[in-house]
Amino acid sequence: MSETVKNSEMVIFDDVSKFYGEILGVNRVNLQIAPGITSFVGPNGAGKSTLMNLMTGLLRPTRGKITILGIRPDEPERLFRKVGYCTQFDSFPRGVTGREFVKSFLLVHGYSEKEANELTVTALERVNLVDAADRKVAGYSKGMRQRIRLAQAIAHQPAVMIMDEPLNGLDPMVRAETIALFRKLAEEGLHLIISSHILHEVDMMSDRVVLINNGYIVAEGNIHGVRDEMEEHPMQIFIRCDQPAKLAAQVFQQNHVVEARIHEDRRGLFVKSRDADRFYLLLNKVVAEGEINIETVAPIDDDLSAVYQYLIG
Amino acid sequence: MSSAVELAQRGSSHWTLWWHQARAIFRLEIEKNFLSKRSILLYLLALLPIFPLALLAPFTPPGREWQNFNQYSMIFAIYYGGLILRTVTFFGCAWIFMNLFRGEIVDRSLHFYFLSPVRREVLVVGKYVSGLVTSILLFSGATIISMLLLYVPHFYSESVRFFFDGAGLGQLLTYAGITALACVGYGAFFTVVGLFFRNPIIPALVLYGWEWLNFLLPPILKKISVIHYLQSLTPVPVSEGPFAVVAEPTLAWIAVPSLLVVTLVVLIAASYRIRHMEIRYGSD
Repeated sequence: MSETVKNSEMVIFDDVSKFYGEILGVNRVNLQIAPGITSFVGPNGAGKSTLMNLMTGLLRPTRGKITILGIRPDEPERLFRKVGYCTQFDSFPRGVTGREFVKSFLLVHGYSEKEANELTVTALERVNLVDAADRKVAGYSKGMRQRIRLAQAIAHQPAVMIMDEPLNGLDPMVRAETIALFRKLAEEGLHLIISSHILHEVDMMSDRVVLINNGYIVAEGNIHGVRDEMEEHPMQIFIRCDQPAKLAAQVFQQNHVVEARIHEDRRGLFVKSRDADRFYLLLNKVVAEGEINIETVAPIDDDLSAVYQYLIG
Repeated sequence: MSSAVELAQRGSSHWTLWWHQARAIFRLEIEKNFLSKRSILLYLLALLPIFPLALLAPFTPPGREWQNFNQYSMIFAIYYGGLILRTVTFFGCAWIFMNLFRGEIVDRSLHFYFLSPVRREVLVVGKYVSGLVTSILLFSGATIISMLLLYVPHFYSESVRFFFDGAGLGQLLTYAGITALACVGYGAFFTVVGLFFRNPIIPALVLYGWEWLNFLLPPILKKISVIHYLQSLTPVPVSEGPFAVVAEPTLAWIAVPSLLVVTLVVLIAASYRIRHMEIRYGSD
């Protein structure tokens, strides 16, 4: 019973494959996505948009099954009460203003004029586009078009938001505001599934990542958890201290340390360790002994960029 | 007062929700049909039969048949069959109904409907009805104006008697009704063509040829066409020439329901297609 309840709160890909004729879209994807911010990361053509289109029924899987909060994508009448999808298609119905665009599809949902007006205003406020709401979308900048699509996708207040490259075309200020909005929505208990190729932003906002390459899931989970599991790439850590040579001598006695190199200014040490946790324990001991003065400790490749570089290249 | 959405979420009133949704889709589509740049072609098409008759209105053309009021029924029957029904209504419906889905695939905006909580069947109904209302208003309207423009300026007093005391009003309504039925039948066909074919012009031209050559076809094949049923309903029969294969006209009580049933079947096929359709604009 509890398993059923759990599944009804998750986005689940069960052995999903999609082929376009003989061309592979994605292959044998198994994922369970919980509430919070999940980012799909991968190079162009990796299969990120295919996964999103499969989730929302714009594409049908060749094999396997997908459920979103227990609903199949081929039931749009149920699915899109709970799901909003901001696609990458930069196109709109002809001649509409921003407000008409958001409102018209709320009416298609079945909302009354009054409800649709209220929801439209709320959505426009959330993406900070109230002032431009009555201008034609065709005259919007790329960033504004991106935001009005976002407004349209969140207007019916869905529980799952799927967004394909939502930060594309946004200026830094709006980008920061949008990331803050995503965080707020995630804190409210929403699923946010985002695809992006801007790694440091994904790193900053995501609770977990799904790395995709050539249609295959390369890794998934919390970014630090993924990094910890990459034993073939020892963790690189930089320690700023007053006696790097002495520290190097100590750390070399540990069998999990594979490399230690003194920084050019002779005030720091680069270490490569296969077991970061044990290495940090060692550092605690060194600090407690008080013989070496350690100023800072910074992991160098414990972020998404490094993971991406190691796994995808 | 609960909204249609709330009622549907409680599972109590799907029909209310579907009605609201179909109406919203209808309104959006009607606006597109009448106010977009694409609609200019429709207006020109609807004016096509009116324009020559408006030019002829101030004077009666030479020719014996134009001097004789009794000949006007035949003149209009030929004009209607050749220009209004077979050309204007046919191509007008092709333009309206093929664009219902194909136009949005070309514009890359169909996905907005697909990402709404709407049964695809409701989408088909909303769009089809909007096309139907547009085409009936334009082409049945053009039929009525054309008939009045032919009769009234040349034989005013006879025309008044014809329309108010004679068979005129009945004929006028019958022609307008046949145009409306043509919109129903051709509309369903072109809706499906727009869904199944990347380039719907080719099947449209094939149907156009089939409809024009209908008079040469053996009776059994004549029945696989829209024009056969429509011709059976015309108030003034027109000879199809010496090479025509003569077939019994289908009775109105069979012709009208047959057209409606075929239309329904075609729309069900369209709904099935759209329910299983993927959005891949790149390949469209």
